Amino acid sequence: MPDLEDLYREIILDHYRAPRNRGELPVPPAHRVEGFNPLCGDEVVLYLDIDDGTVRDVRIGGQGCSISQASTSMMSAAIKGRTVEEARKLVRAFDALMSIHESHLDGADGADGADGTDAPGAGSEPDALTDTRLGDLMALRGVVKFPVRIKCATLSWHTLRQGLDEAAAG
Amino acid sequence: MSAPAPAAGTASLDVERIRRDFPILAREVHGRRLVYLDSAASSQKPLPVIEAMERCHREYYANVHRGVYTIAEESTAAFEAARLTVARFVGSADAREIVCVRNATEAINLVAYSWARANLGPGDAVVVSEMEHHANVVPWQMLAEERGVELRWLPVTDDHRLDTAGLEHALDGARLLAVTAMSNVLGTINEIRPLADAAHAAGALILVDACQSAPHVPTDVTAWDADFVAFSAHKMLGPTGIGALWARAELLEAMPPFMGGGEMIRDVRLDGFTPNEVPWKFEAGTPAFVEAIGWAEAVRYLDTLGLTAVRAHEKALTAYTLEALEARFGTKLTVYGPRDVEARGSAISFLFEDIHAHDISQVLDQGAVCVRAGHHCAKPLMRRLGVPATSRASFYLYNDEADADALVDALAEAERFFAL
Repeated sequence: MPDLEDLYREIILDHYRAPRNRGELPVPPAHRVEGFNPLCGDEVVLYLDIDDGTVRDVRIGGQGCSISQASTSMMSAAIKGRTVEEARKLVRAFDALMSIHESHLDGADGADGADGTDAPGAGSEPDALTDTRLGDLMALRGVVKFPVRIKCATLSWHTLRQGLDEAAAG
Repeated sequence: MSAPAPAAGTASLDVERIRRDFPILAREVHGRRLVYLDSAASSQKPLPVIEAMERCHREYYANVHRGVYTIAEESTAAFEAARLTVARFVGSADAREIVCVRNATEAINLVAYSWARANLGPGDAVVVSEMEHHANVVPWQMLAEERGVELRWLPVTDDHRLDTAGLEHALDGARLLAVTAMSNVLGTINEIRPLADAAHAAGALILVDACQSAPHVPTDVTAWDADFVAFSAHKMLGPTGIGALWARAELLEAMPPFMGGGEMIRDVRLDGFTPNEVPWKFEAGTPAFVEAIGWAEAVRYLDTLGLTAVRAHEKALTAYTLEALEARFGTKLTVYGPRDVEARGSAISFLFEDIHAHDISQVLDQGAVCVRAGHHCAKPLMRRLGVPATSRASFYLYNDEADADALVDALAEAERFFAL
Protein backbone atom coordinates (compact mmCIF):
# COMPACT_ATOMS: atom_id res chain seq x y z
CA MET A 1 0.00 0.00 0.00
CA PRO A 2 1.17 3.55 -0.61
CA ASP A 3 2.81 5.04 2.43
CA LEU A 4 1.30 8.08 4.13
CA GLU A 5 4.75 9.64 4.05
CA ASP A 6 4.53 9.61 0.24
CA LEU A 7 1.52 11.88 0.51
CA TYR A 8 2.38 14.03 3.47
CA ARG A 9 6.02 14.91 2.75
CA GLU A 10 7.65 17.12 5.34
CA ILE A 11 7.80 20.11 3.00
CA ILE A 12 4.06 19.77 2.33
CA LEU A 13 3.27 19.74 6.02
CA ASP A 14 5.58 22.72 6.45
CA HIS A 15 3.65 24.73 3.85
CA TYR A 16 0.37 23.62 5.42
CA ARG A 17 1.43 24.72 8.91
CA ALA A 18 3.02 27.95 7.70
CA PRO A 19 1.49 28.95 4.37
CA ARG A 20 3.49 31.46 2.33
CA ASN A 21 2.03 34.62 0.84
CA ARG A 22 -1.20 34.42 2.79
CA GLY A 23 -3.31 37.58 2.57
CA GLU A 24 -4.93 39.90 0.08
CA LEU A 25 -3.94 42.52 -2.50
CA PRO A 26 -5.94 45.60 -3.48
CA VAL A 27 -8.26 44.92 -6.43
CA PRO A 28 -7.56 46.53 -8.86
CA PRO A 29 -4.74 46.65 -9.81
CA ALA A 30 -4.55 43.01 -8.61
CA HIS A 31 -6.83 40.38 -10.11
CA ARG A 32 -8.87 38.19 -7.73
CA VAL A 33 -9.94 34.66 -8.66
CA GLU A 34 -11.65 31.89 -6.69
CA GLY A 35 -11.64 28.15 -7.13
CA PHE A 36 -13.90 25.57 -5.48
CA ASN A 37 -14.05 21.84 -5.19
CA PRO A 38 -17.78 21.30 -4.68
CA LEU A 39 -17.28 17.68 -3.63
CA CYS A 40 -15.19 18.40 -0.57
CA GLY A 41 -15.77 22.12 -0.04
CA ASP A 42 -12.14 23.15 -0.52
CA GLU A 43 -11.72 26.73 -1.68
CA VAL A 44 -8.81 28.75 -2.98
CA VAL A 45 -8.64 32.51 -3.42
CA LEU A 46 -5.78 34.03 -5.42
CA TYR A 47 -4.76 37.67 -5.78
CA LEU A 48 -2.50 38.15 -8.78
CA ASP A 49 -0.62 41.38 -9.38
CA ILE A 50 0.39 41.08 -13.02
CA ASP A 51 2.34 43.87 -14.64
CA ASP A 52 4.19 43.92 -17.93
CA GLY A 53 3.81 40.17 -18.43
CA THR A 54 5.20 39.33 -14.99
CA VAL A 55 3.53 38.04 -11.82
CA ARG A 56 4.86 40.82 -9.57
CA ASP A 57 3.05 39.66 -6.46
CA VAL A 58 0.65 36.98 -5.32
CA ARG A 59 -1.45 36.44 -2.19
CA ILE A 60 -3.49 33.40 -1.28
CA GLY A 61 -6.54 32.67 0.85
CA GLY A 62 -9.23 30.03 1.28
CA GLN A 63 -9.52 26.89 3.30
CA GLY A 64 -9.30 23.18 2.83
CA CYS A 65 -7.23 20.07 3.46
CA SER A 66 -3.47 20.05 3.92
CA ILE A 67 -2.83 19.00 0.32
CA SER A 68 -4.93 21.77 -1.23
CA GLN A 69 -3.58 24.44 1.09
CA ALA A 70 0.05 23.32 0.83
CA SER A 71 -0.22 23.10 -2.95
CA THR A 72 -1.58 26.65 -3.04
CA SER A 73 1.23 27.92 -0.81
CA MET A 74 3.92 26.14 -2.83
CA MET A 75 2.39 27.44 -6.05
CA SER A 76 2.43 31.02 -4.79
CA ALA A 77 6.12 30.74 -3.95
CA ALA A 78 6.86 29.16 -7.32
CA ILE A 79 5.18 31.78 -9.51
CA LYS A 80 6.04 34.96 -7.66
CA GLY A 81 8.33 37.06 -9.83
CA ARG A 82 7.96 34.74 -12.83
CA THR A 83 6.72 35.83 -16.22
CA VAL A 84 3.17 34.89 -17.14
CA GLU A 85 4.56 32.48 -19.75
CA GLU A 86 6.75 30.79 -17.13
CA ALA A 87 3.76 30.53 -14.80
CA ARG A 88 1.70 28.91 -17.56
CA LYS A 89 4.49 26.43 -18.22
CA LEU A 90 4.51 25.56 -14.54
CA VAL A 91 0.75 24.95 -14.65
CA ARG A 92 1.25 22.57 -17.58
CA ALA A 93 4.19 20.84 -15.93
CA PHE A 94 2.23 20.41 -12.70
CA ASP A 95 -0.76 19.02 -14.61
CA ALA A 96 1.57 16.53 -16.27
CA LEU A 97 3.06 15.58 -12.90
CA MET A 98 -0.44 14.88 -11.57
CA SER A 99 -1.29 12.67 -14.53
CA ILE A 100 1.81 10.47 -14.36
CA HIS A 101 0.69 6.91 -13.93
CA GLU A 102 1.68 5.29 -10.70
CA SER A 103 3.64 2.55 -12.47
CA HIS A 104 5.85 5.20 -14.02
CA LEU A 105 6.23 6.90 -10.68
CA ASP A 106 7.52 3.71 -9.12
CA GLY A 107 10.13 3.37 -11.84
CA ALA A 108 13.58 4.91 -11.72
CA ASP A 109 12.68 7.67 -14.15
CA GLY A 110 9.46 9.47 -13.48
CA ALA A 111 10.40 12.48 -15.55
CA ASP A 112 9.27 11.30 -18.96
CA GLY A 113 6.43 9.19 -17.73
CA ALA A 114 3.78 11.75 -18.54
CA ASP A 115 0.67 10.45 -20.22
CA GLY A 116 -2.84 11.65 -20.60
CA THR A 117 -1.66 15.24 -20.43
CA ASP A 118 -2.68 17.97 -22.79
CA ALA A 119 0.49 19.87 -22.08
CA PRO A 120 1.90 20.86 -25.48
CA GLY A 121 5.32 19.41 -25.98
CA ALA A 122 5.30 17.49 -22.72
CA GLY A 123 6.35 14.34 -24.53
CA SER A 124 9.07 15.93 -26.56
CA GLU A 125 10.29 18.11 -23.73
CA PRO A 126 10.93 15.80 -20.79
CA ASP A 127 13.06 18.54 -19.28
CA ALA A 128 9.85 20.44 -18.61
CA LEU A 129 9.02 17.91 -15.92
CA THR A 130 12.34 17.53 -14.16
CA ASP A 131 12.99 18.38 -10.56
CA THR A 132 14.92 21.43 -11.66
CA ARG A 133 11.83 22.98 -13.19
CA LEU A 134 9.32 22.11 -10.50
CA GLY A 135 11.72 22.21 -7.58
CA ASP A 136 9.95 21.83 -4.26
CA LEU A 137 6.72 21.11 -6.09
CA MET A 138 8.04 17.62 -6.85
CA ALA A 139 7.21 16.85 -3.22
CA LEU A 140 3.58 16.70 -4.35
CA ARG A 141 4.28 13.87 -6.81
CA GLY A 142 3.28 11.27 -4.21
CA VAL A 143 -0.29 12.58 -4.40
CA VAL A 144 -0.89 10.56 -7.59
CA LYS A 145 -0.65 7.39 -5.51
CA PHE A 146 -3.84 8.59 -3.77
CA PRO A 147 -6.13 9.25 -6.77
CA VAL A 148 -8.97 10.85 -4.82
CA ARG A 149 -6.55 13.51 -3.54
CA ILE A 150 -5.28 14.65 -6.97
CA LYS A 151 -8.08 17.20 -7.22
CA CYS A 152 -6.93 18.67 -3.90
CA ALA A 153 -3.47 19.30 -5.33
CA THR A 154 -4.61 20.65 -8.72
CA LEU A 155 -7.32 23.03 -7.45
CA SER A 156 -4.98 26.00 -6.95
CA TRP A 157 -3.25 25.43 -10.29
CA HIS A 158 -6.48 25.34 -12.24
CA THR A 159 -7.56 28.45 -10.37
CA LEU A 160 -4.26 30.09 -11.35
CA ARG A 161 -4.80 29.19 -15.01
CA GLN A 162 -8.27 30.73 -14.84
CA GLY A 163 -6.83 33.85 -13.18
CA LEU A 164 -4.11 34.23 -15.82
CA ASP A 165 -6.70 33.83 -18.58
CA GLU A 166 -9.03 36.39 -17.01
CA ALA A 167 -6.18 38.85 -16.41
CA ALA A 168 -5.05 38.49 -20.03
CA ALA A 169 -8.60 39.07 -21.25
CA GLY A 170 -8.51 42.33 -19.36
CA MET B 1 -28.71 -19.48 5.11
CA SER B 2 -27.85 -18.25 8.56
CA ALA B 3 -30.53 -16.69 10.68
CA PRO B 4 -29.61 -13.58 12.60
CA ALA B 5 -28.95 -13.96 16.27
CA PRO B 6 -32.30 -13.53 18.02
CA ALA B 7 -32.76 -10.85 20.60
CA ALA B 8 -33.89 -13.59 23.01
CA GLY B 9 -35.70 -11.21 25.28
CA THR B 10 -32.57 -9.24 26.12
CA ALA B 11 -31.70 -5.73 25.11
CA SER B 12 -28.28 -6.76 23.86
CA LEU B 13 -27.19 -8.06 20.50
CA ASP B 14 -24.83 -10.95 19.88
CA VAL B 15 -22.59 -8.77 17.75
CA GLU B 16 -19.95 -11.43 17.29
CA ARG B 17 -22.54 -13.70 15.71
CA ILE B 18 -24.08 -10.87 13.70
CA ARG B 19 -20.68 -9.98 12.25
CA ARG B 20 -20.38 -13.47 10.79
CA ASP B 21 -23.48 -12.73 8.68
CA PHE B 22 -21.65 -9.86 6.93
CA PRO B 23 -18.99 -11.32 4.62
CA ILE B 24 -17.31 -7.96 4.01
CA LEU B 25 -16.47 -7.59 7.69
CA ALA B 26 -14.03 -10.50 7.34
CA ARG B 27 -12.05 -8.44 4.86
CA GLU B 28 -8.72 -6.86 5.70
CA VAL B 29 -7.59 -3.48 4.38
CA HIS B 30 -3.89 -2.58 4.53
CA GLY B 31 -3.44 -5.80 6.49
CA ARG B 32 -5.85 -4.74 9.20
CA ARG B 33 -9.37 -5.71 10.28
CA LEU B 34 -11.87 -3.60 8.37
CA VAL B 35 -13.49 -1.06 10.70
CA TYR B 36 -16.56 0.15 8.86
CA LEU B 37 -17.89 3.34 10.45
CA ASP B 38 -19.80 4.82 7.51
CA SER B 39 -23.20 3.15 7.79
CA ALA B 40 -24.95 6.52 7.78
CA ALA B 41 -23.78 6.78 4.17
CA SER B 42 -24.67 3.16 3.37
CA SER B 43 -24.84 -0.03 5.38
CA GLN B 44 -23.19 -3.37 4.67
CA LYS B 45 -25.28 -6.38 3.58
CA PRO B 46 -25.89 -9.64 5.47
CA LEU B 47 -25.85 -13.04 3.77
CA PRO B 48 -29.66 -13.51 3.81
CA VAL B 49 -30.05 -10.35 1.68
CA ILE B 50 -27.26 -11.31 -0.71
CA GLU B 51 -28.64 -14.85 -1.00
CA ALA B 52 -32.28 -13.81 -1.48
CA MET B 53 -31.31 -11.64 -4.46
CA GLU B 54 -29.10 -14.36 -5.88
CA ARG B 55 -31.92 -16.89 -5.47
CA CYS B 56 -34.27 -14.69 -7.50
CA HIS B 57 -31.68 -14.25 -10.23
CA ARG B 58 -30.94 -17.97 -10.31
CA GLU B 59 -34.39 -19.49 -9.83
CA TYR B 60 -37.34 -17.26 -10.66
CA TYR B 61 -36.18 -14.14 -12.45
CA ALA B 62 -38.80 -12.73 -14.83
CA ASN B 63 -40.30 -9.29 -15.27
CA VAL B 64 -43.13 -8.52 -12.87
CA HIS B 65 -46.77 -7.76 -13.74
CA ARG B 66 -46.28 -8.88 -17.33
CA GLY B 67 -46.00 -12.62 -17.90
CA VAL B 68 -48.57 -15.31 -17.17
CA TYR B 69 -45.97 -18.04 -16.96
CA THR B 70 -44.91 -19.65 -13.70
CA ILE B 71 -41.66 -17.82 -12.94
CA ALA B 72 -43.25 -14.46 -13.80
CA GLU B 73 -46.01 -15.22 -11.33
CA GLU B 74 -43.39 -16.14 -8.75
CA SER B 75 -41.38 -12.95 -9.22
CA THR B 76 -44.55 -10.81 -9.16
CA ALA B 77 -45.74 -12.50 -5.98
CA ALA B 78 -42.33 -12.04 -4.34
CA PHE B 79 -42.21 -8.36 -5.36
CA GLU B 80 -45.69 -7.61 -4.02
CA ALA B 81 -44.99 -9.59 -0.84
CA ALA B 82 -41.86 -7.47 -0.39
CA ARG B 83 -43.99 -4.33 -0.69
CA LEU B 84 -46.24 -5.54 2.13
CA THR B 85 -43.20 -6.46 4.27
CA VAL B 86 -41.84 -2.93 3.86
CA ALA B 87 -45.26 -1.42 4.59
CA ARG B 88 -45.50 -3.37 7.85
CA PHE B 89 -41.94 -2.31 8.76
CA VAL B 90 -43.11 1.32 8.93
CA GLY B 91 -46.37 0.49 10.67
CA SER B 92 -48.77 0.36 7.73
CA ALA B 93 -51.05 -2.59 6.99
CA ASP B 94 -51.75 -1.37 3.45
CA ALA B 95 -49.21 -2.31 0.78
CA ARG B 96 -50.81 0.24 -1.56
CA GLU B 97 -49.23 2.92 0.60
CA ILE B 98 -45.69 1.90 -0.42
CA VAL B 99 -44.48 3.39 -3.70
CA CYS B 100 -41.22 1.82 -4.79
CA VAL B 101 -38.70 4.41 -5.93
CA ARG B 102 -34.92 4.47 -6.30
CA ASN B 103 -34.17 6.01 -2.92
CA ALA B 104 -35.41 8.53 -0.35
CA THR B 105 -34.25 11.37 -2.61
CA GLU B 106 -36.57 10.19 -5.37
CA ALA B 107 -39.40 9.74 -2.86
CA ILE B 108 -39.12 13.39 -1.81
CA ASN B 109 -38.89 14.52 -5.42
CA LEU B 110 -42.01 12.49 -6.19
CA VAL B 111 -43.92 14.48 -3.57
CA ALA B 112 -42.44 17.74 -4.84
CA TYR B 113 -43.31 17.01 -8.48
CA SER B 114 -46.65 15.30 -8.02
CA TRP B 115 -48.39 16.54 -4.88
CA ALA B 116 -46.72 19.93 -4.52
CA ARG B 117 -46.91 21.02 -8.15
CA ALA B 118 -50.57 20.01 -8.29
CA ASN B 119 -51.45 21.80 -5.08
CA LEU B 120 -49.05 24.66 -4.32
CA GLY B 121 -48.50 28.03 -5.93
CA PRO B 122 -47.75 31.68 -5.15
CA GLY B 123 -48.84 32.55 -1.60
CA ASP B 124 -48.17 29.03 -0.32
CA ALA B 125 -45.23 28.14 1.89
CA VAL B 126 -43.12 25.06 2.59
CA VAL B 127 -41.24 24.82 5.90
CA VAL B 128 -37.94 22.92 6.12
CA SER B 129 -35.33 22.72 8.85
CA GLU B 130 -31.73 23.89 8.71
CA MET B 131 -30.52 20.37 9.52
CA GLU B 132 -31.96 18.79 6.37
CA HIS B 133 -29.97 16.76 3.87
CA HIS B 134 -29.83 18.43 0.44
CA ALA B 135 -32.40 15.83 -0.67
CA ASN B 136 -34.96 17.56 1.53
CA VAL B 137 -33.84 21.07 0.59
CA VAL B 138 -33.15 21.30 -3.13
CA PRO B 139 -36.47 19.81 -4.37
CA TRP B 140 -38.26 22.53 -2.37
CA GLN B 141 -35.91 25.24 -3.63
CA MET B 142 -36.66 24.07 -7.18
CA LEU B 143 -40.38 24.19 -6.43
CA ALA B 144 -40.02 27.65 -4.90
CA GLU B 145 -38.22 28.97 -7.98
CA GLU B 146 -40.64 27.39 -10.41
CA ARG B 147 -43.94 28.03 -8.66
CA GLY B 148 -43.27 31.08 -6.52
CA VAL B 149 -43.74 29.05 -3.34
CA GLU B 150 -42.19 30.56 -0.22
CA LEU B 151 -39.50 28.51 1.54
CA ARG B 152 -39.24 28.98 5.31
CA TRP B 153 -36.52 27.64 7.60
CA LEU B 154 -36.73 26.14 11.06
CA PRO B 155 -33.41 26.97 12.78
CA VAL B 156 -31.08 24.73 14.77
CA THR B 157 -30.34 25.59 18.43
CA ASP B 158 -26.84 26.09 19.79
CA ASP B 159 -26.99 22.61 21.30
CA HIS B 160 -27.74 21.24 17.83
CA ARG B 161 -31.41 20.43 18.19
CA LEU B 162 -34.37 21.59 16.17
CA ASP B 163 -35.49 25.03 17.35
CA THR B 164 -39.26 24.74 17.54
CA ALA B 165 -39.78 28.08 19.32
CA GLY B 166 -40.98 29.71 16.11
CA LEU B 167 -42.73 26.62 14.76
CA GLU B 168 -46.27 27.92 15.00
CA HIS B 169 -45.30 31.19 13.32
CA ALA B 170 -43.41 29.38 10.55
CA LEU B 171 -46.37 27.08 9.90
CA ASP B 172 -48.86 29.95 9.67
CA GLY B 173 -50.17 29.73 6.11
CA ALA B 174 -47.78 26.87 5.26
CA ARG B 175 -48.91 23.83 3.25
CA LEU B 176 -46.09 21.43 4.08
CA LEU B 177 -43.55 20.80 6.82
CA ALA B 178 -40.62 18.75 5.48
CA VAL B 179 -38.32 17.53 8.23
CA THR B 180 -35.85 14.77 9.02
CA ALA B 181 -36.50 12.26 11.79
CA MET B 182 -32.74 12.01 12.41
CA SER B 183 -29.99 14.33 11.24
CA ASN B 184 -27.35 12.61 9.11
CA VAL B 185 -24.72 15.01 10.51
CA LEU B 186 -25.70 15.68 14.12
CA GLY B 187 -27.49 12.43 14.84
CA THR B 188 -30.19 14.57 16.42
CA ILE B 189 -33.53 12.78 16.71
CA ASN B 190 -36.56 14.96 16.03
CA GLU B 191 -39.80 13.99 17.78
CA ILE B 192 -42.15 13.70 14.84
CA ARG B 193 -45.56 13.49 16.51
CA PRO B 194 -45.54 17.03 18.00
CA LEU B 195 -44.31 18.38 14.66
CA ALA B 196 -47.10 16.53 12.82
CA ASP B 197 -49.68 17.83 15.29
CA ALA B 198 -48.45 21.40 14.81
CA ALA B 199 -48.44 21.04 11.03
CA HIS B 200 -51.94 19.58 10.95
CA ALA B 201 -53.24 22.26 13.33
CA ALA B 202 -51.98 24.82 10.81
CA GLY B 203 -53.64 22.99 7.92
CA ALA B 204 -50.32 21.73 6.55
CA LEU B 205 -49.13 18.22 5.75
CA ILE B 206 -45.90 16.72 7.07
CA LEU B 207 -43.22 14.93 5.08
CA VAL B 208 -40.69 12.98 7.13
CA ASP B 209 -37.24 12.13 5.82
CA ALA B 210 -36.78 8.82 7.63
CA CYS B 211 -33.68 7.80 5.70
CA GLN B 212 -31.40 7.97 8.76
CA SER B 213 -33.91 6.91 11.40
CA ALA B 214 -35.55 3.89 9.73
CA PRO B 215 -32.45 1.65 10.03
CA HIS B 216 -31.97 2.43 13.72
CA VAL B 217 -35.24 3.18 15.52
CA PRO B 218 -38.72 1.72 15.05
CA THR B 219 -40.87 3.62 12.53
CA ASP B 220 -44.61 3.92 13.04
CA VAL B 221 -46.29 6.16 10.49
CA THR B 222 -49.57 5.92 12.41
CA ALA B 223 -48.06 6.95 15.75
CA TRP B 224 -46.28 9.76 13.91
CA ASP B 225 -49.54 10.76 12.18
CA ALA B 226 -47.36 11.43 9.14
CA ASP B 227 -48.55 12.17 5.62
CA PHE B 228 -45.42 11.35 3.60
CA VAL B 229 -42.40 9.31 4.72
CA ALA B 230 -39.29 8.79 2.60
CA PHE B 231 -36.65 6.10 3.22
CA SER B 232 -34.01 4.03 1.45
CA ALA B 233 -33.17 0.32 1.52
CA HIS B 234 -29.41 0.62 1.30
CA LYS B 235 -28.98 2.28 4.68
CA MET B 236 -30.93 -0.53 6.41
CA LEU B 237 -29.02 -3.62 5.20
CA GLY B 238 -30.85 -3.73 1.86
CA PRO B 239 -29.47 -3.18 -1.64
CA THR B 240 -28.95 0.09 -3.49
CA GLY B 241 -31.40 1.26 -6.14
CA ILE B 242 -34.57 0.93 -4.12
CA GLY B 243 -36.36 3.01 -1.54
CA ALA B 244 -39.93 3.93 -0.81
CA LEU B 245 -42.36 6.72 -0.41
CA TRP B 246 -44.96 5.82 2.17
CA ALA B 247 -48.02 8.07 1.93
CA ARG B 248 -51.59 7.85 3.15
CA ALA B 249 -53.58 6.02 0.49
CA GLU B 250 -56.08 8.84 -0.04
CA LEU B 251 -53.24 11.28 -0.70
CA LEU B 252 -51.75 8.94 -3.29
CA GLU B 253 -55.18 8.44 -4.89
CA ALA B 254 -55.55 12.19 -5.41
CA MET B 255 -52.04 12.81 -6.69
CA PRO B 256 -51.26 12.94 -10.41
CA PRO B 257 -48.65 10.52 -11.83
CA PHE B 258 -45.01 11.51 -11.52
CA MET B 259 -43.33 9.79 -14.48
CA GLY B 260 -45.06 8.33 -17.49
CA GLY B 261 -44.39 4.97 -19.09
CA GLY B 262 -45.20 1.30 -18.79
CA GLU B 263 -46.69 -0.16 -15.60
CA MET B 264 -48.16 3.18 -14.49
CA ILE B 265 -51.09 3.05 -16.96
CA ARG B 266 -54.41 1.24 -17.08
CA ASP B 267 -55.08 2.21 -20.68
CA VAL B 268 -53.36 4.17 -23.42
CA ARG B 269 -55.25 5.46 -26.43
CA LEU B 270 -54.36 7.80 -29.27
CA ASP B 271 -56.15 10.59 -27.43
CA GLY B 272 -54.70 9.99 -23.98
CA PHE B 273 -54.14 7.56 -21.11
CA THR B 274 -55.77 6.37 -17.90
CA PRO B 275 -53.39 5.94 -14.98
CA ASN B 276 -53.06 2.67 -13.12
CA GLU B 277 -54.18 2.22 -9.53
CA VAL B 278 -52.11 3.20 -6.52
CA PRO B 279 -49.23 2.48 -6.00
CA TRP B 280 -48.38 1.33 -9.55
CA LYS B 281 -49.56 4.71 -10.86
CA PHE B 282 -46.22 6.04 -9.60
CA GLU B 283 -44.03 3.18 -10.78
CA ALA B 284 -43.32 3.80 -14.46
CA GLY B 285 -41.06 1.22 -16.08
CA THR B 286 -39.71 -2.05 -14.76
CA PRO B 287 -39.23 -1.63 -11.02
CA ALA B 288 -36.16 -2.76 -9.07
CA PHE B 289 -37.99 -5.89 -7.99
CA VAL B 290 -34.93 -8.05 -7.27
CA GLU B 291 -33.76 -5.26 -4.99
CA ALA B 292 -37.23 -5.09 -3.40
CA ILE B 293 -36.97 -8.81 -2.65
CA GLY B 294 -33.55 -8.23 -1.07
CA TRP B 295 -34.98 -5.31 0.90
CA ALA B 296 -37.75 -7.47 2.36
CA GLU B 297 -35.09 -9.93 3.50
CA ALA B 298 -33.26 -7.04 5.20
CA VAL B 299 -36.50 -6.10 6.98
CA ARG B 300 -36.88 -9.70 8.18
CA TYR B 301 -33.29 -9.64 9.42
CA LEU B 302 -33.94 -6.44 11.40
CA ASP B 303 -37.28 -7.75 12.68
CA THR B 304 -35.65 -10.92 13.96
CA LEU B 305 -33.06 -8.95 15.90
CA GLY B 306 -35.64 -6.38 16.92
CA LEU B 307 -35.04 -2.68 16.28
CA THR B 308 -35.49 -2.01 19.99
CA ALA B 309 -32.45 -4.21 20.68
CA VAL B 310 -30.58 -2.57 17.79
CA ARG B 311 -31.31 0.85 19.23
CA ALA B 312 -30.20 -0.20 22.72
CA HIS B 313 -26.94 -1.58 21.33
CA GLU B 314 -26.26 1.61 19.37
CA LYS B 315 -27.05 3.85 22.32
CA ALA B 316 -24.55 1.94 24.48
CA LEU B 317 -21.91 1.99 21.72
CA THR B 318 -22.46 5.69 21.02
CA ALA B 319 -22.10 6.53 24.72
CA TYR B 320 -18.95 4.38 24.90
CA THR B 321 -17.46 6.14 21.85
CA LEU B 322 -18.30 9.65 23.02
CA GLU B 323 -16.72 8.91 26.40
CA ALA B 324 -13.64 7.31 24.84
CA LEU B 325 -13.12 10.27 22.50
CA GLU B 326 -13.46 12.77 25.30
CA ALA B 327 -11.21 10.79 27.67
CA ARG B 328 -8.46 10.46 25.05
CA PHE B 329 -8.58 13.84 23.33
CA GLY B 330 -10.43 16.22 25.66
CA THR B 331 -11.09 19.62 24.14
CA LYS B 332 -8.92 18.91 21.09
CA LEU B 333 -11.90 17.10 19.61
CA THR B 334 -15.25 18.83 19.07
CA VAL B 335 -18.31 16.64 18.71
CA TYR B 336 -21.41 18.06 16.99
CA GLY B 337 -24.86 16.98 18.05
CA PRO B 338 -26.46 16.19 21.41
CA ARG B 339 -24.33 14.42 24.03
CA ASP B 340 -27.41 12.68 25.46
CA VAL B 341 -27.70 9.39 23.61
CA GLU B 342 -31.47 9.38 24.16
CA ALA B 343 -31.68 12.40 21.87
CA ARG B 344 -29.32 11.21 19.17
CA GLY B 345 -28.53 8.39 16.81
CA SER B 346 -25.15 6.77 16.25
CA ALA B 347 -23.66 9.18 13.71
CA ILE B 348 -20.88 11.14 15.42
CA SER B 349 -19.58 14.19 13.55
CA PHE B 350 -16.44 15.80 14.85
CA LEU B 351 -13.60 18.20 14.25
CA PHE B 352 -10.10 17.39 15.46
CA GLU B 353 -8.23 20.58 16.26
CA ASP B 354 -7.40 22.27 12.95
CA ILE B 355 -6.83 19.07 11.05
CA HIS B 356 -9.03 18.99 7.99
CA ALA B 357 -11.59 16.20 7.80
CA HIS B 358 -10.07 14.83 4.59
CA ASP B 359 -6.67 14.54 6.19
CA ILE B 360 -8.21 12.79 9.19
CA SER B 361 -10.02 10.40 6.89
CA GLN B 362 -6.81 9.69 4.94
CA VAL B 363 -4.85 8.76 8.06
CA LEU B 364 -7.76 6.72 9.43
CA ASP B 365 -7.82 4.72 6.21
CA GLN B 366 -4.29 3.52 6.96
CA GLY B 367 -5.80 1.91 10.05
CA ALA B 368 -8.60 0.43 7.87
CA VAL B 369 -11.03 2.76 9.65
CA CYS B 370 -13.71 4.01 7.21
CA VAL B 371 -15.30 7.34 8.11
CA ARG B 372 -17.00 9.97 6.01
CA ALA B 373 -15.39 13.38 5.55
CA GLY B 374 -16.95 16.46 4.04
CA HIS B 375 -20.15 18.48 4.18
CA HIS B 376 -22.39 15.39 4.25
CA CYS B 377 -24.79 16.91 1.69
CA ALA B 378 -25.97 19.33 4.37
CA LYS B 379 -24.31 22.62 3.48
CA PRO B 380 -26.92 24.88 5.11
CA LEU B 381 -26.26 23.03 8.39
CA MET B 382 -22.48 23.23 7.94
CA ARG B 383 -22.80 26.99 7.49
CA ARG B 384 -24.92 27.14 10.63
CA LEU B 385 -22.22 25.20 12.50
CA GLY B 386 -19.56 27.47 10.99
CA VAL B 387 -17.42 24.63 9.65
CA PRO B 388 -16.63 23.72 6.03
CA ALA B 389 -16.38 20.00 6.71
CA THR B 390 -16.46 17.45 9.51
CA SER B 391 -15.45 13.84 9.92
CA ARG B 392 -18.30 11.48 10.71
CA ALA B 393 -18.10 8.05 12.30
CA SER B 394 -21.42 6.21 12.21
CA PHE B 395 -22.18 2.94 13.92
CA TYR B 396 -24.63 0.15 13.20
CA LEU B 397 -25.65 -3.20 14.60
CA TYR B 398 -22.46 -4.94 13.41
CA ASN B 399 -20.10 -2.50 15.13
CA ASP B 400 -18.61 -3.16 18.53
CA GLU B 401 -16.35 -1.55 21.12
CA ALA B 402 -13.29 -2.83 19.26
CA ASP B 403 -14.38 -0.62 16.33
CA ALA B 404 -14.70 2.37 18.65
CA ASP B 405 -11.25 1.62 20.12
CA ALA B 406 -9.80 1.39 16.60
CA LEU B 407 -11.27 4.82 15.82
CA VAL B 408 -9.65 6.32 18.91
CA ASP B 409 -6.29 4.70 18.13
CA ALA B 410 -6.38 5.85 14.51
CA LEU B 411 -7.21 9.40 15.61
CA ALA B 412 -4.24 9.30 17.97
CA GLU B 413 -2.13 8.37 14.95
CA ALA B 414 -3.53 11.34 13.03
CA GLU B 415 -2.74 13.59 15.96
CA ARG B 416 0.84 12.35 16.01
CA PHE B 417 1.17 12.70 12.24
CA PHE B 418 -0.09 16.22 11.94
CA ALA B 419 1.22 17.50 15.31
CA LEU B 420 0.58 21.14 14.62
